[in-house]
Amino acid sequence: MSVRLWLLLAAASALLFALSILTPWRQLAALWAADRGLAQAVLVELRLPRALLALCYGGALGASGAAIQALFANPLASPDLTGTTSGAALGAVLAAYLLGFDGSVGLAVGAVAGAFGALVLLLALAGRRAEVATLLLAGLAIAALAGALTTVALALAPSPFAFYDAYEWLMGSLVDRSLAQAAFAGVPALASILLLPRFAPALDSLALGEEAAESLGHRLGRLRIRVVCLSALGVGACVAMCGAIGFIGLVAPIFARRLTRGHPGRAILPAALIGGALLIAADLVTRAAPIGRSLPIGVVTALLGAPFFLSLVARMRWSLAR
Amino acid sequence: MTPLLHAEDLALAGRLHPTRLHMGAAELVCLVGPNGGGKTSLLHGLARIGSPAGKVRIAGEDPETLGPDARKRLLAYLPASRDIAWPLGARDVIALGLPTGTVPDAAVAALEVEGFAERRVDRLSTGERSRVLLARALAPAPTLLLLDEPAANLDPAWQLRLMALLRHLVHERGIGVVAALHDLDLAARFADRLVLMEGGRIAADGTAAALLDGPHLREAFGIRRGAAGWELA
Repeated sequence: MSVRLWLLLAAASALLFALSILTPWRQLAALWAADRGLAQAVLVELRLPRALLALCYGGALGASGAAIQALFANPLASPDLTGTTSGAALGAVLAAYLLGFDGSVGLAVGAVAGAFGALVLLLALAGRRAEVATLLLAGLAIAALAGALTTVALALAPSPFAFYDAYEWLMGSLVDRSLAQAAFAGVPALASILLLPRFAPALDSLALGEEAAESLGHRLGRLRIRVVCLSALGVGACVAMCGAIGFIGLVAPIFARRLTRGHPGRAILPAALIGGALLIAADLVTRAAPIGRSLPIGVVTALLGAPFFLSLVARMRWSLAR
Repeated sequence: MTPLLHAEDLALAGRLHPTRLHMGAAELVCLVGPNGGGKTSLLHGLARIGSPAGKVRIAGEDPETLGPDARKRLLAYLPASRDIAWPLGARDVIALGLPTGTVPDAAVAALEVEGFAERRVDRLSTGERSRVLLARALAPAPTLLLLDEPAANLDPAWQLRLMALLRHLVHERGIGVVAALHDLDLAARFADRLVLMEGGRIAADGTAAALLDGPHLREAFGIRRGAAGWELA
């Protein structure tokens, strides 16, 4: 990828980030004129965490999506379609409502463990180089199981408001998060985004098949564990703070690979930038929706991502039907 | 002098019994044998795929102790499968074996890939993809080439060109080659040495003349050389 492309991607992300903080700017300008202290508080306490969360969560989804797709040699292996986000949601619900862990740490640990469990289960169920259909079916089964168990956990929860509390969170939301919460999601997300590209050469060489990659001296067992752990870390921590957000982890790597001439490993960092930009853009759409109140962001990414996914499946239908 | 290749007690559970293979100076060694005889397993053992037991030294070095960059210059392995998981460009696939930014011109030229170097590998024929993958194996100029069915999917002219190229690499450039082949005539014509694999062990090891006209082929494959070529024994 050329320097110009990198700069363009970074500039687009920065522009969207600034837009996210300043939109709606009219109200902000009025507030700034009336009460500068309050305007500053709105910027730092409300707008900044929201924009940071969108950037980090989108980035984590993009990076881990690209890494998981490269690992499984499969363009449909994204965190949501493999059940990773559902596993993380289940982990967080179990930690919060059944085990009674309070606060961000308990949620984050539960969600990371849930995401890790879902990915390990996927590796066991679908195998290391699964056919597209096998992988999707295994992912579907894991997502369905995790979803059902999440509902059971909420029904068994001691708090009668558990369902109500969890609804908006489960749909995915970036609203009303504190800077501390943004840090709880952002630091693990950033770690995963910055560490996953280290495995780019190994993941690229997997294009030649496991045997060739192994003959080149890449230790595949260790690679699998590291990619799964880092993906679970980034996605899990973000799901704990913002709920499950779909399709970014599927779409961003597909765009990113167009920039890296198809190299799946090299696409990890660009996919993180694209994922961050996409999630900020989706968040801007939730605010612009003319329905009087803001839409959950998970609904927006699904509304935009599902048609894209359908077109992808339509293009692959022959290989799926084989 | 350090031998180019020395493998001792090389074994893979259930597939390859403890095996010794030695190559003093560069040679073109062809592995022949029936399906399931252990040709691929021996190549896996030499390329350290699937955690084989035993030791391998290539030019005195243990590939297991080397990281990817150093190992690329020591050995290259061409798998029997010609599948490439992602729709990469042919030139990009060849460069996968090289440090970033290096241009694989020599390998592209050796296998005459220029005509389709910029095309996506999923749009190439299997034979063209074979040449791309062979060029990928040659690109880092490794000390030892381990090739599983290198001539498969190639047209007759390219089979001959490939074998001539391998001989050139061995005798002009000092690169050792171990290649699994099914075409006995091709192996007999070009190899310095044939190794017959049967039941996961080396059944015979010698010159083409000694191996093909002796009793080994009849015992291993149930074929013999007749007036009209190979026939069932």
